[in-house]
Amino acid sequence: MAYSDKVIDHYENPRNVGALDKDDGAVGTGLVGAPACGDVMKLQIKVSPEGVIEDAKFKTFGCGSAIASSSLVTEWVKGKTLAEASEIKNTAIAEELALPPVKIHCSVLAEDAIKAAISDYQSKTGATGTKAAE
Amino acid sequence: MTETLKLPIYLDYQATTPTDPRVVEAMLPWFHDSFGNPHSRNHVYGWRAEAAVDAARKRIADLIGADPREILFTSGATEANNTAIKGVAHFYREKKRHIVTAVTEHKCVLDTCRHLEQEGFEVTYLPVRPNGLIDLDDLAAAIRDDTVLVSVMGVNNEIGVIQPLAEIGALCRSRKVFFHTDGAQAVGKIPLDVNAMNIDLMSVSGHKIYGPMGIGALFVRRRPRVRLEALINGGGQERGMRSGTLPTPLCVGLGKACEIAGREMAAEAERLKMLRDRFYARIMDSCPEVYLNGDLQRRIPGNLNLSFAYVEGEGLMMGIKDLAVSSGSACTSASLEPSYVLRALGVDEELAHTSLRIGIGRFTTEDEVDHATEVIVREVTRLREMSPLWEMAQEGVDLKSIQWAEH
Repeated sequence: MAYSDKVIDHYENPRNVGALDKDDGAVGTGLVGAPACGDVMKLQIKVSPEGVIEDAKFKTFGCGSAIASSSLVTEWVKGKTLAEASEIKNTAIAEELALPPVKIHCSVLAEDAIKAAISDYQSKTGATGTKAAE
Repeated sequence: MTETLKLPIYLDYQATTPTDPRVVEAMLPWFHDSFGNPHSRNHVYGWRAEAAVDAARKRIADLIGADPREILFTSGATEANNTAIKGVAHFYREKKRHIVTAVTEHKCVLDTCRHLEQEGFEVTYLPVRPNGLIDLDDLAAAIRDDTVLVSVMGVNNEIGVIQPLAEIGALCRSRKVFFHTDGAQAVGKIPLDVNAMNIDLMSVSGHKIYGPMGIGALFVRRRPRVRLEALINGGGQERGMRSGTLPTPLCVGLGKACEIAGREMAAEAERLKMLRDRFYARIMDSCPEVYLNGDLQRRIPGNLNLSFAYVEGEGLMMGIKDLAVSSGSACTSASLEPSYVLRALGVDEELAHTSLRIGIGRFTTEDEVDHATEVIVREVTRLREMSPLWEMAQEGVDLKSIQWAEH
């Protein structure tokens, strides 16, 4: 399979690999996918009191496209408000990385990971008013 | 040292092997100088080609302890397997309706059996134990009065395990059932004797044993005689069992490959075992949680099949692009199906997704083994540091206790 240059770049030089303290009240953690399906993504966001994502980290078990999708979204969500981050669509991820049709599910998973992380953060803080993960 | 390596390093000898230069050399005269039709009886061109084909037939027979008259040429092991299984089933169909095979057979055996089921034959698919070998008690229990054929491969193409051919042969002979073995991965790799092992039919592949692609052979026992219905009809070549003009250069190439294999098998097996053990030790010494699929002892020396826990197979393949190896799962075909052979061993789906088949052979060097293991260890370690599953396992989380959202 031919990977795009952007996928190869993210795979070889992944951005923001790592972990944030999941017990920190300012950190939201999203874990999506399943080992049996060959993709698991963990995305963590650290949110400022003003509701801006200050930091993001990921770990991904999956193919190069899955690693690239999650690496890319950690770059994209940083500096965004929760509302803005929740607007990121899988189609934009797929387009940026030039994913072939069989790899679209990787971008879907990355979008799900953002929503899961935001939802986890909101359930911790009981935050309301930001309409985010549905 | 590694600067001089030719990349990617070829480690897929169970898929195919390079044609040995000595084989190529033996084939060349038969393309242009002595190009006769081996079935032409009227002139020297034909006679010469016929003599060359017969000499090749003898070399194949010698390698497996057969008589040259028991060897027929085919286009490869797939055709040989089809001819053996369909041919025997069809010939004896009035009296016998049942075939026994194993779940880990090559697709061309399994698909042939499925095809016969559609024609009304019954097939028993034997399970295998976790080490990849069939249980002889299962086989004994599966054989019925109307069983015509047992087909069990010699060596598995994915995990390299060697089935107990002599024991299977003895059992089949005592129950008066024909025994066919797919020898594509076994011939030329391990000593075989069709008489000592009571093998009635055996398939041979050219390109798995440093011979050319497009040629194979089928051993068909003469005493006690095995009869079969031909798949390909025509001029009645190969004693009516396989019509079609024999491709002299390919026949000569297969014969030469068998001759070399017979002469060099013992020394080659020893060298490959040394390289295989070196490969295995270098991986196991540097990486925890790596699992070998299939029995280590009852295995050809040129194969390893390893599962790397907490690393995804396709992601790993991308990281080891300097190595030409085969992934245990068919992720790239978009089917996301892990290998049916690994599943039959009872390997977890997760582990089956992360397996590599490493095939080493005649032209593999120690430098290549060292470089390949370095690359694998480096990438597995890197991907694990990036893997949420590895992180959870290190924290003592039981991954099976998690409610995963299957997608």
